[in-house]
Amino acid sequence: MSETHKAGRSAGVRERAPTAPVVVAGAAAALFALPLAGLLWKAPWSKAWPALTSEEAGQALRLSLVTSVSATALALALGVPLAWVQARVEYRGRSLVRALTTLPMVLPPVVGGTALLLALGRRGLVGPQLDRVGVHLPFSTAGAVLAEAFVAMPFLVLTVEAGLRTSDRGLEEAARTLGAGRWAVFRSVTLPLVRPSLLAGGVLCWARALGEFGATITFAGNLQGKTQTLPLFVYVKLESSDPGSAIVLSLVLLAVSLAVLASLRDRWLRAL
Amino acid sequence: MTRAGRPRARGAALALTAALVAGACGSGGGASGDRSRSALSGSVTVFAAASLTEAFNQEKATLAARAPALSLTYSFAGSQTLAQQIIQGARADVFASADDKTMQRLVDAKLVEAPRAFARNQLEIAVAPGNPKHVGGLSDLVRPDLVVVLEDPSVPAGSYSQQALARAGARVRPRSLELDVKSALAKVTSGEADAAIVYASDVQAAGSKASGVTIPTAQNVVATYPIAVVRTGANHAGAAAFVQEVLSGSGQAALEAHGFLPAS
Repeated sequence: MSETHKAGRSAGVRERAPTAPVVVAGAAAALFALPLAGLLWKAPWSKAWPALTSEEAGQALRLSLVTSVSATALALALGVPLAWVQARVEYRGRSLVRALTTLPMVLPPVVGGTALLLALGRRGLVGPQLDRVGVHLPFSTAGAVLAEAFVAMPFLVLTVEAGLRTSDRGLEEAARTLGAGRWAVFRSVTLPLVRPSLLAGGVLCWARALGEFGATITFAGNLQGKTQTLPLFVYVKLESSDPGSAIVLSLVLLAVSLAVLASLRDRWLRAL
Repeated sequence: MTRAGRPRARGAALALTAALVAGACGSGGGASGDRSRSALSGSVTVFAAASLTEAFNQEKATLAARAPALSLTYSFAGSQTLAQQIIQGARADVFASADDKTMQRLVDAKLVEAPRAFARNQLEIAVAPGNPKHVGGLSDLVRPDLVVVLEDPSVPAGSYSQQALARAGARVRPRSLELDVKSALAKVTSGEADAAIVYASDVQAAGSKASGVTIPTAQNVVATYPIAVVRTGANHAGAAAFVQEVLSGSGQAALEAHGFLPAS
């Protein structure tokens, strides 16, 4: 991924950009910028401080950070091995597994949340068994983490898998011939090779988890301090008689995500 | 205290048939009124509280028979969601709210004409069919073995539930505060929650999937539903006809058949 990026940069030196794509690109950028401008325009700046420092908002923000980071950790622990298997192991049903992995990206998140309930809820497919060993996921913070990981993990898996496919396998083979074990090769050759896609995938996954709404509210419910993440809190507030505070909070969510994405992109995320 | 949904649903079906027969008989007499209605055309968009889903879908069939050229579109959600959408400029012709407070926000914003009360609804506790956990009333909802789900206080049903629980002196720890009354009911019908406070009409709408535990009048809260024509709507005549239909005999019968109480 990073190779093609560099190649594109050197090939297109100093040629004047054609008009048509630039105009369309401008329209595309406006599509992203206009809603943001709307939020900035409607934000009640005088009330921003009390809105941000309210106990409820603080709880929602903290919970969002905890759940999105946990969901990313879960996605890394499960998703990196999955991406490795998908990229390096030939087996029957690989394309089926790939389709399954992409499923949460096309599934409406509310449907994803319902599906999680039907599988892991009290009367779900394996819910009663989980119940017996004391695991109750619906209406719990762990449930919110799981819902976020379900929706966000595909971003990690697909990015890392693409990175593994394009990485130089010759280096791994060389390390093997020199006597390194499989685990050692993975740790000190493969992982450093796919570091950019690992970081890119991880950040995309985290950003998606941070903004997750539909699956979370359906599977984990909405309870302050426990499952009411920032997107849920913002939604509840938007419909209250004081939507202004919700707009301020949305902007905070946006600013946090933008700051992280921008700073990471410049340093590490060449693959993005 | 408890009753299964089925017998009552059958009763509702009977009442419904009676209402339809009465409506059919009545339409012969009011010929002039019918003519003016059948001249209506265009589309009418009705924003209605989630709890009105079943009753209003029946009104749709009645109105379709009377004014076939009028096409009716519903948007059902929490009243507070709909009010916010109208404030933000959503195209609605009629707004039917589950409480006066939410309607008042639109009255204050001069977005609706004078609202009229068209139905009342009482709270009930929705539990699994047959009430396996033996929920007897509001004070039982504090039991730690029960998973209780309520609505967020910004939702009319949630604010009524809080009032009722306060009257019963019950300090409940809900597991979730859902964003509309149907979502709370769904948590019970799917088996994820043991109890939820919803409207009596919702328990009836759930049919055999839920049973209702009645809340005594002293603790119960009666919700009044106002309806109003939205000033910014595109089809004023159609909107007025819909409001009239809801307030008419057949409209009221349909609401009653779905577990609502008459407005007065």
